[in-house]
Amino acid sequence: MESVNFDLAATPLREVNHYLHHQAPARAGQQVRIDNPNGAHAIAAGLNAPLDVVIEGHAGYYAAGMNQHATVTINGSAGTGVAENMMSGKVHVKGFASNAAGATAHGGLLLIDGDAGLRCAISLKGANVVVGGSVGSFSAFMAQAGNLVVLGDAGEALGDSLYEARIFVRGTVKSLGADCEEKPMGEAERAILADLLQQAGHADVDPASFKLYGSARTLYNFHVDNAGAY
Amino acid sequence: MCGIVGLLVKTPALREQLGELMVPMMIGMTERGPDSAGLAVFTAPLPAGRRKISVFAGYLEDADRYDWQALVDALNRDLDAHAEVAARGRHAIVSFAIAADAVRNWIADYQPLLKVFSTGRSIDLYKDIGTPAEVAARYGFAGFKGTHLVGHTRMATESAVTPDRAHPFTAGEDFCLVHNGSLSNPNGIRRMLAPHGIRFDTDNDTEAATRFLEWRLREGDELKEALQKGFEVLDGFYTFLMGTPTELALIRDPFACKPAVVAETDDYVAIASEFRSLAHLPGVNHAHVFEPAPEEMYVWKA
Repeated sequence: MESVNFDLAATPLREVNHYLHHQAPARAGQQVRIDNPNGAHAIAAGLNAPLDVVIEGHAGYYAAGMNQHATVTINGSAGTGVAENMMSGKVHVKGFASNAAGATAHGGLLLIDGDAGLRCAISLKGANVVVGGSVGSFSAFMAQAGNLVVLGDAGEALGDSLYEARIFVRGTVKSLGADCEEKPMGEAERAILADLLQQAGHADVDPASFKLYGSARTLYNFHVDNAGAY
Repeated sequence: MCGIVGLLVKTPALREQLGELMVPMMIGMTERGPDSAGLAVFTAPLPAGRRKISVFAGYLEDADRYDWQALVDALNRDLDAHAEVAARGRHAIVSFAIAADAVRNWIADYQPLLKVFSTGRSIDLYKDIGTPAEVAARYGFAGFKGTHLVGHTRMATESAVTPDRAHPFTAGEDFCLVHNGSLSNPNGIRRMLAPHGIRFDTDNDTEAATRFLEWRLREGDELKEALQKGFEVLDGFYTFLMGTPTELALIRDPFACKPAVVAETDDYVAIASEFRSLAHLPGVNHAHVFEPAPEEMYVWKA
């Protein structure tokens, strides 16, 4: 595979992102390696081609935000908002991810091997997010579509004001948010979970060890009897 | 925004390089805090009978050429304080062998425009307006030596850009705090502390948190107990980094709204608002890098 290397200690990020936006798409399928990210913000944000980008180290805020088609691997941790508003493709964080990972993502797959911070998958709109560790409080807040899979634990107010997204958690849940409830896992949901575990490299993990959480749908329309749940 | 940075060296040999390692950390947080910067460094304590204060002359005209020796000579003449001075431009560390309050009161009479920014046996504090690079160069931060230090780059949001509203803030002796965030109830804290005789130097919310926590320590709380009471009383979004002669402590509010990241090796513990400020540290690629959990207390011993 054709490969291009950038060193952010020597090349400004703006040049690297310009290359990824304008030159690289003509050579779709090539691998682009980015050394010394050193926590810079918005690395590989706004990609719109089937590129394979590898970030060798810790990324700052909004890494791989708005991704379409590309596969971005971060061999380190990611700051706030990694893969925010992703449309398609795949983002893989080998370390931990800070707050709001995968926020508002419409499509694609976000894999986080370590823990994710607060508000993971907030307002999720269709993407799949698989977290190998635990997620912080308010995760999947107002999530509308897609799946959040958590192999570890979840913090407080999981799935607060949830719409139609599915949340699978293997560990403990500190508390559920308003209108989020445990649901029986049917064959269809088990198949979705098994497929995501497979894609995330967790094929050895038994889907039956997870619990499924979803919306109780009592907040869809205001009803005074629900006032206490708001 | 604001940026916080902290560094505690475990390996004694690194004490010589403390400031040198810290300056790029502060400069890395310039975008988070371009208007003022400050640093508190903890060194080996003075002998039991001596105290030192950090005095700032920046509110005087011709501050860069302030005659610190004349101040110390007058102090020794008036109070027999056995005082000595080490000056760095507008800042000076004055050490002496009498009660700190007596010296503070004497300075207030001698030159009311001088500000005393810290008191103790271990702490030296420098803060001023300007970019982090300017302030670091002005006071020679790169040459600082010691066990640990606490630094801050400020983007003012709730009180004016002045040297005395820059961080770190101090209260009592040998205690300092830097803050990234904002408190919603600083005036309530002020009203709560007023009956205890606690007075404030500024209208800054961080000063309220500093004086509250120092008051709890003075009332006998261990640092962790004081921080636990802080969680109950201090309302807002914050990351606090605090220094005492023997400890560096970090807490985040329950919503973890304000960022923080820690890198720990056998040689040091380094804390910053963002990883950008840690990237230059030796061995950081093999460090244990983690994001502190909300409402958890992290305390490292110097």
